[in-house]
Amino acid sequence: MLDVPHATTAESSETNFDLRKEAEAAGITDTLQQLEQELIGLRPVKNRVRQIASLLLIERIRQRAGLASSPPTLHMSFTGNPGTGKTTVALRMAKILHGLGFVRRGQVISVTRDDLVGQYIGHTAPKTKEILKKAMGGVLFIDEAYYLHRPDNERDYGQEAIEILLQVMENQREDLVVVLAGYGERMTSFFASNPGFRSRIAHHIEFPDYAEAELLVIAELMLRERGYRLSAAAREAFEKYIALRRTQPFFSNARSIRNAVDRIRLRQADRLVSDLNRLLDVADLETIDPADVLASRVFSGGADAQRSAKP
Amino acid sequence: MKLTQGCFSFLPDLTDEQITKQVQYCLTNGWAVNIEFTDDPHPRNTYWEMWGLPMFDLQDAAGVMMELAECRRVYGDRYIRISGFDSSHGWESVRISFLVNRPPQEAEFELVRQEVGGRAIRYTTIRKPAAHASS
Ligand SMILES: Nc1ncnc2c1ncn2[C@@H]1O[C@H](COP(=O)(O)OP(=O)(O)OP(=O)(O)O)[C@@H](O)[C@H]1O
Ligand SMILES: [Mg+2]
Repeated sequence: MLDVPHATTAESSETNFDLRKEAEAAGITDTLQQLEQELIGLRPVKNRVRQIASLLLIERIRQRAGLASSPPTLHMSFTGNPGTGKTTVALRMAKILHGLGFVRRGQVISVTRDDLVGQYIGHTAPKTKEILKKAMGGVLFIDEAYYLHRPDNERDYGQEAIEILLQVMENQREDLVVVLAGYGERMTSFFASNPGFRSRIAHHIEFPDYAEAELLVIAELMLRERGYRLSAAAREAFEKYIALRRTQPFFSNARSIRNAVDRIRLRQADRLVSDLNRLLDVADLETIDPADVLASRVFSGGADAQRSAKP
Repeated sequence: MKLTQGCFSFLPDLTDEQITKQVQYCLTNGWAVNIEFTDDPHPRNTYWEMWGLPMFDLQDAAGVMMELAECRRVYGDRYIRISGFDSSHGWESVRISFLVNRPPQEAEFELVRQEVGGRAIRYTTIRKPAAHASS
């Protein structure tokens, strides 16, 4: 629709644009601010999201000004260790793209290999297409995308799903945005063996691991959302907890923190209930004591680590 | 002769852009969208064949248009229609139905009268054989 020659002359009357108004109308100021507040750390990710949002906004204005504009390729890949916020950011991304009108509906369909790849000949194509149909107008989020490709089996049905995806990613760029996610190294080798994917993806975004200070802020944010707060001593205990937990196996960034928070709530409740003869006040109910943190098995060598292997 | 069945059939054939808008209207209303095809477009033939399953969980018409493109590729020489089924209580019926594809050679029908007892008349719609239709 953009390459109609007379469209430019008819609409070139607009020459001035109030950028602030445009950004607010598209809802990106709000969304970016929310992203800033609700997601701790992730500086490189936030910067990249802002750049993409800016590009989309300018692109939209250019279109109205009658300047040459081509719909940008928006397919992305998110790489990073477990629990670094990839899924969370993908959901936000859909909102931003929808606000700017680059996807028409803004739904996110989140899938893994099993949703796309079938069990027998002729099963894969309809399955993949079914998912694609649902994702049209929104974002298709493929978690752990490398499972689509089984290098050890060249007859694997995953290849069929890959081919359909590649075709749609190329030919229906205005209809849906594909986001691939997974752990760093495995994604790299996945892209190496599927160069088609690599070249169709415009934005490769890496999610860094969180620093200890960031993990603490994340913990406090999660506790606040659930109506709890750490006492000063408990805060110190939790700092120690983070330092220890990070060195133990199966550490998965913010997700480990979320699990820790859930177990701390259990221990707090247990502590409160253990003395039935006392009167509780609101402060008792909200406050996490150091004992609730220190009872964790992380402090005694990390049996907790085994349990949090499954998120 | 141009077959006229369902909505919009006295208008020029809908463009794909117009079909997309109608489909989006159906989806926005929560109707299940069906693609059906047949080589027997007799007005009394209500049973067309379905192309895939009803599409009731899509957000965007592009998904339906993808299926339509595929259906046209396979059955481009037949009639194809799109219908929107409203499953909500009290409706439970097709709310819209329109043609989206015609064969290059349209089917032709003829109305045959038969006089029966008491000068009553019976009407029958019969399809003209293809060879006849092409002349
Ligand atoms: N920066 C952050 N600020 C606050 N909470 C966060 C942040 N990053 C992640 N979380 C929380 O951590 C949990 C795990 O995040 P998420 O599911 O997005 O990780 P992921 O990268 O998709 O992990 P995986 O690769 O294992 O699927 C979620 O509950 C999310 O809310
Ligand atoms: Mg995830």
